[in-house]
Amino acid sequence: MKNYFFLSLVLMGAIGVAVVSCDTTNPYVPPEPIGSLSLTFDNIAGTQDLKLNATTYQNSVGESFVVTKFNYFVSNIQLKKDDGSTYTLPQGASYFLIEEEKPASLSLTLASIPSGNYTGMTFVVGVDSLRSLADISLRTGVLDPALNDGMYWEWNSGYIFMKLEGTSPLAPAAQNNTFFYHIGGFGGGFNGKKTINNLRTILLSFNGDVVKVDPSVKPKVQLKADVLKVFNGPTKLSIAQNSSVMFDPYSTNIATNYAAMFSYDRTQANQ
Amino acid sequence: MTQCTFHSAKKLGLVISLFLFGLAVACQTKSGGSDDPAPDTTDTGGVQFHTTPVPFRQPANFPTPVYELSQNPLTVQGVALGKSLFYDTQLSRDSTVSCGFCHQQFAGFAHSDHALSHGIDNKFGTRNVPSLQNAAWGREFFWDGGITDLNTLFIAPLTNPVEMDMKFANVLARVQQSPKYPQMFKSAFGSDTVTTARFLKAISQFVLTLVSADSRYDKYVRKESGGDLTSDELAGLTLFKQKCATCHATDLFTDYSYRNNGLPVSSINDQGRYTITLNEADRLKFKVPSLRNVERTFPYMHDGRFTTLEQVLNHYSTGVKDSPTLDPALKANGQLGIALTATEQQQVISFLKTLTDNTFITNRAFGPN
Repeated sequence: MKNYFFLSLVLMGAIGVAVVSCDTTNPYVPPEPIGSLSLTFDNIAGTQDLKLNATTYQNSVGESFVVTKFNYFVSNIQLKKDDGSTYTLPQGASYFLIEEEKPASLSLTLASIPSGNYTGMTFVVGVDSLRSLADISLRTGVLDPALNDGMYWEWNSGYIFMKLEGTSPLAPAAQNNTFFYHIGGFGGGFNGKKTINNLRTILLSFNGDVVKVDPSVKPKVQLKADVLKVFNGPTKLSIAQNSSVMFDPYSTNIATNYAAMFSYDRTQANQ
Repeated sequence: MTQCTFHSAKKLGLVISLFLFGLAVACQTKSGGSDDPAPDTTDTGGVQFHTTPVPFRQPANFPTPVYELSQNPLTVQGVALGKSLFYDTQLSRDSTVSCGFCHQQFAGFAHSDHALSHGIDNKFGTRNVPSLQNAAWGREFFWDGGITDLNTLFIAPLTNPVEMDMKFANVLARVQQSPKYPQMFKSAFGSDTVTTARFLKAISQFVLTLVSADSRYDKYVRKESGGDLTSDELAGLTLFKQKCATCHATDLFTDYSYRNNGLPVSSINDQGRYTITLNEADRLKFKVPSLRNVERTFPYMHDGRFTTLEQVLNHYSTGVKDSPTLDPALKANGQLGIALTATEQQQVISFLKTLTDNTFITNRAFGPN
């Protein structure tokens, strides 16, 4: 939580700096050399690969379920170097929507990364308040409400950070045995408006691996996201008891659960 | 896994690298982060096009608008496009419902026919259609303030299954494929590509022109001709300032706050602002509506439960129901409601009728072509 406040401070700083330092007659040239890396999210269910509409899984309270949709926003990526410094991706280019049903969305290319040895990273699950309230022309691509496959609440302006849907015999017959978890809420607003804050910052070490970035190689960093952790964390989420959770106080429990679903898997030095 | 502790030294490094990074991105002309090639509305990719500016109407007795006009300068072409979209029923699933279907000019861009919003397939919503006048001065929209930006407001009625019932992407596709719109987008924005931002900002441009500030009361305040008020109306104005202007503040006649005005909870059981903030203190609170053109914007309250101003004044004098979130202004000195004699109620209503802006509700520029 504290880190989110710090992060928002940093983002405000970034925007402030960007605004005051803009001088089109003297464009700043980023220092060479730079490289890029590929970041892949492998969605799993415990020890198995996640398969939509196919495999039946068990959650921590013994309920069986099938997953039909699993989407989440990843934003505000920072990479940590072995010298203790941090590289923050350009803020505007740091919003990604991971959708299990779209294999192409599972691999991100992070371009223009300064050369160096990287040992870890941080990212936010969701869309920060500044961008959630930004002018609509600054919200393109996956942030475009028309183009992001329903990851947006039009009645309560804001993005859905994580969407997990599926079927389970424990879900109500009246809902055709479907369950759905749509988690959002950026905590901000105007005039002291304070909604629930379901933004979560994830800190991952590369477990001692050194990811070397330079112009000649493009390493491939693979992360895993375990859908079972959505159900199993500080809160044992039961489909029978909570078959649909959207903008609701209980949603903060689910956000805290899924914040722990990410882990570092491995890196291929050059893909 | 997710604990987040930074060393202060690391913080410093972070800030420094951030500063360098800020320099690097400061001069990028476009925000990246997307695989969508759509430029923003100010980047026309070198296309030469000419728009005619429309001055924004800033009444002398109004404060500075909240809307960022610099991000969406009004133009003749943009307003015309927005107006066309506003009155276009093809933006709804079965081409029967337009924005103007619910937001009627003669009713101050509210809806006088139904207590609750009436949409596609004769379906009903749960709230009374709010007026669209003077939107430039609003920070948040809807009875519960769920909308934080006028530009994004329009997505809600377009996609609501009981209003226009379209997928937003399909709305844009329909507009893109229509014979007339691509050319209008080109005239307004220099490109015939229908993007989310252009579509929404065009409707905003039209809605931003809907400024109501020419009622008899306005002329009275601005000391213009035609601003004479009768003795009853003046008495009503005095009473209004004493007893109503706490909430219906300024010449916009709202302070844009959310309050519980003591209405008994109806069977819809609408919790109002609470549904947006999930804050217990916001239960049963609704946005204070403007009273401009209130004579025309009946029925009244968030659910249209009152059809006449007499009923409204009667509620405030004798109908206020106590509850934990009742507004303190309606419980002053332990007395529920607002003390008003029958004569005083009539005087307040006389005054409220001076807020009717005939220029606004008959202006041909705001109606369908």
